[in-house]
Amino acid sequence: MISPDDVGRAVADAHRREWAYVLAATARVTRDLDVAEECVQEAYGVALAAWRRDGIPRNPAAWLTTTARRKALDVLRRDQTLRAKLPLLVEPEATPYAPLAGEEESVLPDDRLRLVFTCCHPALAREAQVALTLRLVCGLTTTEIAQAFLISEPTMAARVTRAKKKISAARIPFRVPAAAELPDRIDAVLTVVHLLFTTGHAAPSGELLVRDDLVERAIDLARLLVVLMPDEREVRGLLALMLLTHARSATRVGEDGRLLLLEEQDRSQWDRAAIDEARAMVTDALRGARPGRFTLQAVIAAMHAEAPTYETTDWPGVLQVYDLLIAVWPTPVVALNRTVALAMVHGPAVALEAVEELERSGRLEGYRYLPATKADLLRRLGRGSEAAAAYRLALELADNEVERAFLRRRLAEA
Amino acid sequence: MAEYLILIYQAEVSDEESTPEMWQQAIAAHSRFAEQIVEQGATMLGGNALQSTATATSVRDDLVTDGPFVETKEALGGYYLIEAADIDQALAVAKLCPAPRGGVELRPILDVSGG
Repeated sequence: MISPDDVGRAVADAHRREWAYVLAATARVTRDLDVAEECVQEAYGVALAAWRRDGIPRNPAAWLTTTARRKALDVLRRDQTLRAKLPLLVEPEATPYAPLAGEEESVLPDDRLRLVFTCCHPALAREAQVALTLRLVCGLTTTEIAQAFLISEPTMAARVTRAKKKISAARIPFRVPAAAELPDRIDAVLTVVHLLFTTGHAAPSGELLVRDDLVERAIDLARLLVVLMPDEREVRGLLALMLLTHARSATRVGEDGRLLLLEEQDRSQWDRAAIDEARAMVTDALRGARPGRFTLQAVIAAMHAEAPTYETTDWPGVLQVYDLLIAVWPTPVVALNRTVALAMVHGPAVALEAVEELERSGRLEGYRYLPATKADLLRRLGRGSEAAAAYRLALELADNEVERAFLRRRLAEA
Repeated sequence: MAEYLILIYQAEVSDEESTPEMWQQAIAAHSRFAEQIVEQGATMLGGNALQSTATATSVRDDLVTDGPFVETKEALGGYYLIEAADIDQALAVAKLCPAPRGGVELRPILDVSGG
């Protein structure tokens, strides 16, 4: 006899792990994301009673897909006349789209990948890509997504609806991009996953520094992408980067709730299993030429994870990897992070020069970590009043309570 | 298949700045583009270059005024109507559209035929 609790857990587990598979397979039949979503939701709804009655199926995903597809066929039959008039999701089978000259047909067949690439299509705004990915790939409700991003539910609902409308009106295809487009399109997908992670990891406002559910969803997504695109090294790079960052999350905030810097963290509390898993992945991702930006960031994170103390970190090595990173990804944020390594290798005065140059460029205006970094360097150079001014500026820009508390403490010491 | 309008937005060139060479270059670029549309597997259904916004006249609430409907640095200078399989094919075409002093906007055509 199966307990109701077991069934409930099995359904929740299938929701978490198989939602994307079931939805993508159903969307193939419906060629409409809204109808597919509705049918998948219903399938999960009836699963509870059915599995209590008949037992948990050996392959829950297959059971859910069959059920959702059956419902979809009912809907399609019922609305046949109506549906004929609606623009449908474009599928490769449904359109005689000839591959462009020199392009190969894509070799990635999984429907979940089609779903991921549809959600992260460059014709959609980044915030819409994020919302759609959480809704359609992760199966989060609009309410949950709205809460995670601290915006109102109607705003999030409107965002999702608008994005879905664009998919159908502009005919964004339900397809894995052709080989020639793949690198750019994968980068867009990885950017979305990383954005989920960083939003969860350093919550931009509110009391909690880490919102675990977003972090875990991002890691789950990256794991899925590694399975779906085993040959794409950057995907491994991203997963490794997130695992390494997450491995330290328990030590980022002290017992009194205050923010701890890398140098203050208790390294014995870092999640060694996660670090080991990530290290193997980094090694893998580094095989072959020209590692990408996520892999290089993972290398830096791994160097920190392996160092016994902050001081004995291989800072010249870290600085070298930063130089590689800036070459493939020349953003001002990377340039700012590089100054931390620069200070450890060549001293705070050299680093301060680099920070001030960035400040003059105006490219990081309003970015709270610039004045915070500058303040720390000034403090180390014994220039107290200038450091205080920079801490005050950083404080004005920070929304997160834990970060603010840290900056206030530093300001008091300056 | 679906129809898309490619709108070309560019900084305008005044009559004084314009030279016969620029004109020749533009003609050559657009002739090449017409071939590229076919190479991409799409179809050109129409297209035109527009006279400059100095020649535009706007009407709002029956009020007739001189000039474009919206003043922008980069003005609508021409358009193409194409037929493509989906947005990816249409975007591949749009990326090739000559717009050296600006860029293009891609808009799906709304089907009002009622199916």
